Amino acid sequence: MDFGPYLMLAIMEGALTAAVLALTASGLALVFGVMRVVNVAHGEFFMLGAVLAWWVSQLAGGSPVWGFLLALCVVPLLVGLLAAFVDMTILKRINYDPERTIVATIGILYILQQVTLMTYGPEARPVAPPFNARIALPWFEMSDGALQVYWPWGLSTTSYKLCVIGAACVVLLGLWALMTKTKLGLLMRATEQDREMALAFGIPVQRVYAIAFGLGAGLAALAAVLIVPIQQAHYLMGGDPLLLSFIVVIIGGLGSLPGAILAALLIGLSDGIISVFFSPTLAKIFATLLVAFVLVFRPNGLWGANNS
Amino acid sequence: MMTTTKTIAEKAVSKPSRRDALKTLALGGAAAASMPLWARYAGAQTSEPIKVGFQVHRTGIGAAYGRWYDRTTSAAAALINEQGGINGRPLEIIAEDDGTDPKRGAEMVEKFAAKHNCDIGFGTLFSHVVIGSAPRAGELKLPYFVVSEGHHVASGMLNRYTLQPGITDVKSQVQAMAPFVADNLGKKVTMVFPDFAFGHDHRDYFTAAIEAQGGEVLEHIAIPPTETSFTKYFPKIPRETEVIYHVMVGPAVLTFVKELGEFFGPQRPEMFGFIDSLEAVDIGSPGLEFLEGTYFWEGNPRYAQENQSEYDAFFRERVGVDANGASVSDPRDVSTYAHMFGCWETLHVVKAGMEASGYRGTQDRAALIEAVEAMTDMPHSIAHPQGAKVFNGKTHQVFGKQYISKVVDGKLLLVHTTSIEDTFYSDEVDYTTQSL
Amino acid sequence: MTTDLKKSVILHAGVVLALFVLQFVLPAYHHGNMARIMVLASYAIGYNLLFGYTGLLSLGHALFFAAGLYGAGLAMSQFGLSAGPALVVGVVAGVVIGAVVGGLALRTEGVAFMIVTLMFAQAGYLTILYFGAYTRGDEGFVIEQAERVLLGADLSDPLMRYFAAFSLFCAAIFTCFLAVKSRFGRVLVAIRENEERASMLGYDVAKYKLGAVVLSAGLSALAGAGYALLFGYVGASFASVQYSIFPLLWVLLGGAGTVLGPLVGTVFMFYLIDLSSGLTTAYMLIAGVALVVLTVFAPHGVMGEVRRRMWRWLP
Repeated sequence: MDFGPYLMLAIMEGALTAAVLALTASGLALVFGVMRVVNVAHGEFFMLGAVLAWWVSQLAGGSPVWGFLLALCVVPLLVGLLAAFVDMTILKRINYDPERTIVATIGILYILQQVTLMTYGPEARPVAPPFNARIALPWFEMSDGALQVYWPWGLSTTSYKLCVIGAACVVLLGLWALMTKTKLGLLMRATEQDREMALAFGIPVQRVYAIAFGLGAGLAALAAVLIVPIQQAHYLMGGDPLLLSFIVVIIGGLGSLPGAILAALLIGLSDGIISVFFSPTLAKIFATLLVAFVLVFRPNGLWGANNS
Repeated sequence: MMTTTKTIAEKAVSKPSRRDALKTLALGGAAAASMPLWARYAGAQTSEPIKVGFQVHRTGIGAAYGRWYDRTTSAAAALINEQGGINGRPLEIIAEDDGTDPKRGAEMVEKFAAKHNCDIGFGTLFSHVVIGSAPRAGELKLPYFVVSEGHHVASGMLNRYTLQPGITDVKSQVQAMAPFVADNLGKKVTMVFPDFAFGHDHRDYFTAAIEAQGGEVLEHIAIPPTETSFTKYFPKIPRETEVIYHVMVGPAVLTFVKELGEFFGPQRPEMFGFIDSLEAVDIGSPGLEFLEGTYFWEGNPRYAQENQSEYDAFFRERVGVDANGASVSDPRDVSTYAHMFGCWETLHVVKAGMEASGYRGTQDRAALIEAVEAMTDMPHSIAHPQGAKVFNGKTHQVFGKQYISKVVDGKLLLVHTTSIEDTFYSDEVDYTTQSL
Repeated sequence: MTTDLKKSVILHAGVVLALFVLQFVLPAYHHGNMARIMVLASYAIGYNLLFGYTGLLSLGHALFFAAGLYGAGLAMSQFGLSAGPALVVGVVAGVVIGAVVGGLALRTEGVAFMIVTLMFAQAGYLTILYFGAYTRGDEGFVIEQAERVLLGADLSDPLMRYFAAFSLFCAAIFTCFLAVKSRFGRVLVAIRENEERASMLGYDVAKYKLGAVVLSAGLSALAGAGYALLFGYVGASFASVQYSIFPLLWVLLGGAGTVLGPLVGTVFMFYLIDLSSGLTTAYMLIAGVALVVLTVFAPHGVMGEVRRRMWRWLP
């Protein structure tokens, strides 16, 4: 493929990756910001979202549209509730101590993964998208001194992929509205800024934590429900999203939601674009080292304020 | 899942100190050797089972295969026991999960040899687990019968105790595909493969083979193993491509096919893939419509064909697989038909080897190896339902027919069967020169 | 010697002696297991130096283990070195990589440090795959039985292997004990407890932390090189993130910041998985539950609890 269309394709694919990554990572950033803990099981909540979406779509019988819509509404809620439950039973008892939380969430990671393996099985199963039309995209070339439009071979996207990007934007806007315009958002931001003060002001911090943890997991699950018609639901699929979310949140700056979103955009797009130029494995090596070096020289992330 | 249940008496017997065990064996062996032939055989005949340590991928990335390997192995063992066992002794399968992990695999070999006192190790599929476990099997002098399809056995990397007599290896498979591809699909090929050992093997062997047929590989597209979205790699496919050769494996395969379909739209080049991509996956799954009219290598045709042999029908019946290659109890549970026959055939080879060598116990392991090495022709039979085979005792690798199918109306239709000779390549090692 | 020190020495010497005696007593299966456990426990000891004593949580230690594994393995398979020099190459590789990575990663702290170490380990894993022509990537390669001979001893012989693993373990535990009891170790603990204060007291905190990383990397690499020589297989799976999580698990279970903790944790996890895999395929589920239970009810790990409740002198 010619360079122009190739880059265009890479950007479109990158945008899709960035959209889903932004959603997943915002969940992690929320938990980080409000609770100051590392949730190593975050990827497993993502995986649960995909697996439950498959399960719900099976329940809904034939119609992919209703199955998908049902999954979209029900699954993030289910996963969020599960996460809140985990928070109230386990995380609260260890008092959100950073190291113990890491160990506990590793344990939860194994538990979630294995239970999924035992019930859902080791296969990857598809979920039908509600709609999926191939859309050929045009490109320009100079011919006879004027800009001509043509349809390059292979340059296309699908209606569903565009929809996912749109949906992610809508959800992120909703999240922003939640955080800035609602009382719950205010409570969460207050707790994030100064936990002791929040307690002193009578804010039910424990409950805010449970809600934040649930919301974080719910966002990951939502991202998974959106992506599962494109990928498949598989019990090991949580590993990559976890890794990428971590990278995004750290690079964006701990606790900074807009930073995480911008970082997701950066990483999602660059992943697509770098593979245009380099062999994929080499590209991944570069990308990984790049992340490390960004952190080495800017430990607070690219947009992080000075925080612990 | 098969686990071993031992009586208290058996438990007491199976945990002597090493010195006691050696003494007993030595005395028993000496006593047996001093008897006339008929008494010797009768005397050695015990009801103590022949223990096969089955290293199965119950969890990890190999889990989908592991389930079917388990079922096929159980069916084969049941058949062998119905027919009187091996040398009159029943076959007992002791299965342990290796998590598709090489470190764990080596620990399992240890467990089979030292704890369960198995006669042989058996059944590993994934290459890295085989390579991680084989050294230990060699040190412990445990005959290790793998069902892996990897070229590592025949490459000489392993040891004389590791054999692969039940399934052909990827080098012979890939090589045998080149003539069909060059003659029927096209000579300009673009290869898409995962960027790790399995993919590299395909890259190396097929490129050499297609060039020998007068074709060429225009582009090698290596995809990182954990990739979940593939569209960004497809622009690298040159427009002059006549055939796309793809061997993507892993949970993202369905995405791969779907996105390939979305990329090409209504006009696509010919496509040739390996059914490894779609083992345990229904060809009729949503998103796989794009595969209609494309071709696949099949180790063993998943759908029962018009010329189905009685041996294949018998095999399906015993394992519990219907004419579509799915479980009889759940039509959505599709089998790994192209690989699992290897377990059945390998166990039958073990039986033949033990009978030929007069195997009585772990002291006869070396004799068992030598007996299997002496095997050559394995005719198409109940023991070998996939087809006739030729075993190379020097490289410890078996060779057999390869099948090529076309996707027609959502099913796989056999269109070509290679000869066994098509799959031969020159020996790279002679294990028989190594000591046992 | 103070009585506390005397008690520590007696306890640790006792453990070492017990391990030595075990090789004559254990049945074959557990004999082989213990050899493996001792090598992995040495890895955990290396990890513990950085995590338990210095308070730095690295998620990339598989890089150092793999440096030793591949250093020794490639030295033998590509350059034809014998076992002894290969072992040295492995350790040196670990030390060098530790110094480089440490120098860079220590510019960050806390969660950023975790991610940076994780990233370097990932890059290492991908590099091993990239140079698949030499490393055979994820499949890995075998070190022939005939070559695994150290100082005249055939390392594939069970008794020799056990003894070699035992020696390696002794080296690790001895190093750890010395380090911990020395001034170096005490400064590390001070840094863990309150880095600012240590810095204000005049200690060059950066130098000590780097020293901790290098020592930890060297021990981990020693374990990796030992693993290659004793078990004959070198593969990329040992460089994956799983093998960075394992030492964290073992150390936390056994008791971070104690010398014996890593051994206890490794033995515990090994047999927990071994026994539960005989009962169910979901043995990792049991491991997960064990982790959660332990961290909720016994956060200091086994030896940590022992130290808290009984033997306060435990190093």
